[in-house]
Amino acid sequence: MSLLEVTNLRTAFHTRDGVVRAVNGVSYTVAPSETLGIVGESGSGKSVSQYSLLGLLPTPPAKVESGTALFEGTDLLQASPAELRKIRGGRISMIFQDPMTALNPFMRVGKQLMEPLRLHSDVPKGKAREEAAKALKDVGIQDGEAALDRYPHEFSGGMRQRIMIAMALITRPALLIADEPTTALDVTVQAQILALIKQRQEELGMAVVMITHDLGVIAATCDRVLVMYGGQIVESATRPDLFRSPAHPYTHALMASMPAMHHEGEELYTIPGLPPDMTRPLPGCAFATRCAHAEEACHTTAPALQEYAPDHGTACLRIQSGSLTVAGLNSELHA
Amino acid sequence: MMQEALFENAESGTSLWQDAWHRLQKNKLAMLSVFILLFVVLTTVTGPWIIDATQGYSYRETETTLGASAPSPEHWFGTDQLGRDLLTRTLHGGRISLLVGLVATFVSMIVGVTYGAIAGFIGGRTDQVMMRVVDVLYALPFVIFVIILMVLFGRNIYLLFLAIGAVEWLTMARIVRSQVISLREKEFIEATRVMGLPRYQIIFQHIIPNTLGPVIVYVTLTVPQVMLLEAFLSFLGLGVQAPMSSWGALIQDGVGTMEEYPWMLLFPSLALSGTLFALNFLGDGLRDALDPKASKD
Amino acid sequence: MIRFILKRIATFIPVLLAIITITFFMVRIAPGGPFDEERKVPEETLRQLQKAYNLDAPLYRQYLDYLGGVVTGDLGPSFKKPSRTVSEWIVLKLPVSLELGCYALLIALCIGLPAGILAATRPNTMQDYVPMSFAMGGICIPNFVLGPLLVLVFSLWLGWLPVTGWNTPAEKILPSFTLGAVYAAYIARLTRGGMLEVMGQDYIRTARAKGLSETAVVLRHGLRGGLLPVIAYLGPATAGLLTGSFVIEKIFLIPGLGREFVDAAFNRDYTMIMGTVLVLAALVLVLNLVADILQALLDPRVRMSMK
Repeated sequence: MSLLEVTNLRTAFHTRDGVVRAVNGVSYTVAPSETLGIVGESGSGKSVSQYSLLGLLPTPPAKVESGTALFEGTDLLQASPAELRKIRGGRISMIFQDPMTALNPFMRVGKQLMEPLRLHSDVPKGKAREEAAKALKDVGIQDGEAALDRYPHEFSGGMRQRIMIAMALITRPALLIADEPTTALDVTVQAQILALIKQRQEELGMAVVMITHDLGVIAATCDRVLVMYGGQIVESATRPDLFRSPAHPYTHALMASMPAMHHEGEELYTIPGLPPDMTRPLPGCAFATRCAHAEEACHTTAPALQEYAPDHGTACLRIQSGSLTVAGLNSELHA
Repeated sequence: MMQEALFENAESGTSLWQDAWHRLQKNKLAMLSVFILLFVVLTTVTGPWIIDATQGYSYRETETTLGASAPSPEHWFGTDQLGRDLLTRTLHGGRISLLVGLVATFVSMIVGVTYGAIAGFIGGRTDQVMMRVVDVLYALPFVIFVIILMVLFGRNIYLLFLAIGAVEWLTMARIVRSQVISLREKEFIEATRVMGLPRYQIIFQHIIPNTLGPVIVYVTLTVPQVMLLEAFLSFLGLGVQAPMSSWGALIQDGVGTMEEYPWMLLFPSLALSGTLFALNFLGDGLRDALDPKASKD
Repeated sequence: MIRFILKRIATFIPVLLAIITITFFMVRIAPGGPFDEERKVPEETLRQLQKAYNLDAPLYRQYLDYLGGVVTGDLGPSFKKPSRTVSEWIVLKLPVSLELGCYALLIALCIGLPAGILAATRPNTMQDYVPMSFAMGGICIPNFVLGPLLVLVFSLWLGWLPVTGWNTPAEKILPSFTLGAVYAAYIARLTRGGMLEVMGQDYIRTARAKGLSETAVVLRHGLRGGLLPVIAYLGPATAGLLTGSFVIEKIFLIPGLGREFVDAAFNRDYTMIMGTVLVLAALVLVLNLVADILQALLDPRVRMSMK
């Protein structure tokens, strides 16, 4: 029984320059207490696919055009704004990329922490304050009581992200959506924050959706991974499978461009070409123009995500047809 | 690759203006304002002359037997108590109002841009002191000094230019300074330096075009403010001397007699407010066109 | 904070001294004197007048005497209205101008803030266009046009409100509204701009993600930051309100300090000019300081920088 089941989600932005099809038919599930990673370049639709669920996109220009998203028996995409508000911050919480701007600079930390608690449960004020202090202690801020009366700008970036996490988890949600939670942080702090999320996840037994462009983060935290490109899921796999045998040329290219995959002094591999223009969807595979293995059919036939092995899906036509084997795709990767 | 990207940026220095022009053209209100302003300038410049040639009215010619008369085919805007043609006087007054607006804005622009640019370029303590002076001046009720000046030293139009210009330069100085400072630290300026572009090229191709936008926008928005200030002074009886006139002075005349001769208040007010509307809408339109980031909102 | 305020007040002294000095010498350098119009005053009388008003002393002596007077609160006798001293005139007239300014500011805030917030919550819809069109009107129709027009409509044609005066509440409506209109317009525009800016910030998204209602997001998280430009504008606005009242007091025949100043300027009533300028300038300085303190109360980051 999955916690969240998203089917055929489509979200578009209606801008002056045309319709941007940011998320183009995406389906996936999240199981209770698992960590699902969503990896992709900026503009691949990985964040939009999550923001759509919670109604956090500005409408207009954004519009969820189709899909269902069942969460604990409610279809998030059909829910009224009021129903959605009850879930948002209560059962599903979010943390964001830049902790320097995600906290309200005009409000004391304590007040910001207590806000979701007071909103989603009827905890009396004094009790809420206690819980807030405890929430800070749980994320490693020792002097929680004193921190409550301070303003965000009095904390460092890493500390602020800890506060964000405390705030998101104070209502004990079933699902945490983490949107690039470490991207804006110093490298030394990144690992601490990831470990903290992991630790709190185990303590609370919640599921996490980890949005990132960094395969390193995926490797460190996730149970399962979705790879997104051009608004679609191009590969879905368990973490070990994904790293052992990526089954889509894009995933392969992503890994090939990781510095860790290179010998010292070797030139870094970069994916040729530019990310797709989302206002003009191509008839075929979105990656075909940059793909080293593309054939004629790839430019004309739109692929769909299909399981080619148990728990391992790919949207590559050539892998699906067998004209390109996973081993062949990865021959040079492990060489 | 890197070089190409940079040159693309450099070229956008010219296409920035084309882009802005395209965006402005899409803004109907701003385009309407452009036409209104052209119309106002054209009529105030040529109007009195044409009327003099065809009808024989001038702004100072009195026709006391006629006195104040309501708008009629002979006098479209009516006449004042001395029988002077109000259309001619409104157009003639417009000349003065526009002239004051443009010249005083020009004065304030020169002072403000120079002051702001110097503060921004030199930076450091000089900048701090210069801006502190602006802060202090900002806090002063300048209009009071303008009034004293005008009363004590006679209602001289050149003094008016200077006095108003002296009031309005403060904001311009602030805008230019912050632009210069932020540009100095921008990465693309840094990049041009790394690429070894000569200094004059950096200044003329990159810094000046990028300060120009906000300056143009602010100038467009200063002209109506200056015209308001001139009208305010004229209303207090401190503007140009009779029989010359400006919209503010005409409005003052109109207020005195508005119960009996409402047209004397109506037409100069419409002329002034219409022009102010057009200038403000154009200024807003220019800001949106030149700063697409702000126009997204 | 206290130190910040004291430091600011300390800067008032040189600024006010500069204002007194500039005004003093500007007034004296100007051609013409206060007794020019008095026709054919006998030489002897003129000399007595000048002696009475300390005008026969050397200029620097007059300046120092005046400064000495200012310190003790004595702004000298009025040249043209000798029934009271300048200080007494100011005590009599200033409250009227302040009252007018307060009402106008109150009206400006009560109209401008909601209008700006409404416009910013739904930009580029009718809810934005309608209040912003009115705001543009407020900016482009000068108060010396608006005032007479309102009088024409509400007093002369409809007969609802008195034409002039400043005694009954009914008499105070039109002047206060006329003076406040343009500031309502500016405040509405500033509020809209500030709110739009803030509502695009990341922390607003955080607030939404918490599940707060849109109203709570706007009022609890958006308003504070969105109002900062308005607070910063309050300093210059109060200066404008005081000087703007010149015209309003003239149109509505209100016995305030603004009218007193304009009359004094026209009459070359030296001491009265200097006294009113001094008081108005001091008032503007104090109000600017109040605006800065307000800003610090609203923004903890500014508060930090004051320490």
